Amino acid sequence: MNKTVLHLDKIQKSFGGLRALADVNLNIEEAKTHAIIGPNGAGKSTLLNVCVGRLIPDSGHATFDGKDITGKDPHEITQMGIARVFQTPEIFPDLSLMDNVMLPALSKRDGSFKFNPFATMRTQNDIRDEAVHILQDVGLDKFLDKEAGSLSRGDKRRLELGMCLILKPRLLLLDEPTAGMARHDTNQTIELLKKIKERGMTIVIIEHDMHVVFSLADTVSVLARGKIIAGGTPEEVREDPIVKEAYLGGAHE
Amino acid sequence: MNSQSKNKDIRLMAIFSVIVLTAPIWLEPLGASYPALLQKFAIFGIFAIGFNILFGLTGYLSFGHATFLGVGSYTAVWSFKLLSMNVIPGVIFGTILAGMLAVLIGYVSLRRSGIYFSILTLAFAQMSYNLAYSVLTPITNGETSLQLALDDPRIFDAARTASQGLPSTELFGLKMSGYPGFYFCAVVLIIAFYISMRIFRSPFGLKLRAIKSNQTRMKYIGFNTRPYLLWAFVISGMYAGLAGSLMAVTDPLAGAERMQWTASGEVVLMTILGGLGTLIGPIIGAGVIKYFENIFSAFNENVLHNIFSFLPDGLENVVVQVAGLFVGSGWHLTLGLLFMIVVIFLPGGIVEGIEKIRARFRRTSPASSSEKSE
Repeated sequence: MNKTVLHLDKIQKSFGGLRALADVNLNIEEAKTHAIIGPNGAGKSTLLNVCVGRLIPDSGHATFDGKDITGKDPHEITQMGIARVFQTPEIFPDLSLMDNVMLPALSKRDGSFKFNPFATMRTQNDIRDEAVHILQDVGLDKFLDKEAGSLSRGDKRRLELGMCLILKPRLLLLDEPTAGMARHDTNQTIELLKKIKERGMTIVIIEHDMHVVFSLADTVSVLARGKIIAGGTPEEVREDPIVKEAYLGGAHE
Repeated sequence: MNSQSKNKDIRLMAIFSVIVLTAPIWLEPLGASYPALLQKFAIFGIFAIGFNILFGLTGYLSFGHATFLGVGSYTAVWSFKLLSMNVIPGVIFGTILAGMLAVLIGYVSLRRSGIYFSILTLAFAQMSYNLAYSVLTPITNGETSLQLALDDPRIFDAARTASQGLPSTELFGLKMSGYPGFYFCAVVLIIAFYISMRIFRSPFGLKLRAIKSNQTRMKYIGFNTRPYLLWAFVISGMYAGLAGSLMAVTDPLAGAERMQWTASGEVVLMTILGGLGTLIGPIIGAGVIKYFENIFSAFNENVLHNIFSFLPDGLENVVVQVAGLFVGSGWHLTLGLLFMIVVIFLPGGIVEGIEKIRARFRRTSPASSSEKSE
């Protein structure tokens, strides 16, 4: 059995009267890709938000690498080694592609705060090389000086993924990384994620597209109404009658 | 590529310095070449450069920067009263004290962003104004303004200045009135511009721009954005304090009206008019507004009649009547129109206009297109 990277212990979160998460327990193992699936409103994004510090759970604990991260600030959690790709790409639209990936590289090297108004970006050669390298990885090295906001949606996602990868995270959280992508782009993204997975990255992925889930995931958890109702390998989950009932329904008959 | 852009910066600094130092010559035909106005250009240029570091880079719009201007002035005058008429301590203390106040105001105001941040800074500015105007009269001398007096202690140069009336500000014996005063402000402006350029080119500056672009992403790549914002706020506050103390250098007098919200609003206009987030734009904006305020407002009917004297009499009178609305006390009208035109057609300010013209020329001549705008 592999080492546990992220451990969620009885996480509860309510918004007003709505129970978004009820007693969620989850173990994410090192170097595995874990998919979380479930119908709309099941609490998938809320779960990710708890993991990155955007939301503080009402009760329960999130432990990362043996350290309690419940209630920590997003930047602290990111510095500890969790990176997140959002459902709608969060990039720096007014900055160049290079700047977009150099910023996380600076964060990785210098930490969450460094006051250096008299240093110059010109001489940051290590950061620059690293940035070019990562842009090659995600296939965006053709337009280094282009403004990121002018990219297509698929390219923005790829850029965001590159920004997360340059952080060299211990855990990568992906919130529907292929939503709204054309088939061709989706396949490209799957290939890219497979490559990242092979390097030993631990990945948690929220996804609607079963094609993506079955091509990437080692294990799957099914979330419905704030509870994990089933878990196992993709094949086990696919055959589980409860899951068919709650989520897959007739769609995969 | 790296050494090339370094050379570009050196060239920019050289050109900027030459333009500033030769201002008395090339502003002559525009009628703006007298020390008092030249000093104003330089001082408000500094004020706007600093403001741009906060508003232009981080996007946080402060409506209270006149506070720091006022604090810089009061501190400098107190330095002239208590210590010495030498301008160096006055300028240093004015800058530092404004910075310290900026830490306090910034720490509280930066708990919010967007319009709430603006309102908080405005509230602080109005509080400071009222404190200066009435409550703190022993320090600020209230509505009569803080002035030099014959019985000021001036512990470092009491022996030299006691005998002959009110002393004037000086830099190691060089009197800071007339052209020496302008050149002192001009040198400070060049240094201030250099520091701003370094900030723009630094990782710190890049992070500030990234905060403006997407603060959420900044947090989720591991940056603690609050201290970055506070530093930007303090630096811009210190620039304002520096500008304020230079005002006291040119005229050792500090009044509360310098801290009024209209003064805070003016620097916002300067920055936007010139080009928000650009290096040189705020200085251009400051120059244009101060030019309008001082030159356009001095135009009267006689001047207009002279300008339009080539027209037939009847037409001349009509033209003078109409144009008269836009000059003299109506200069605000012209400025308002100019501001509207710029914001609507050139959201990037005057700098964007210059860039567009340059780009048009470049298209006709096959020069390198890779040069980035300043």
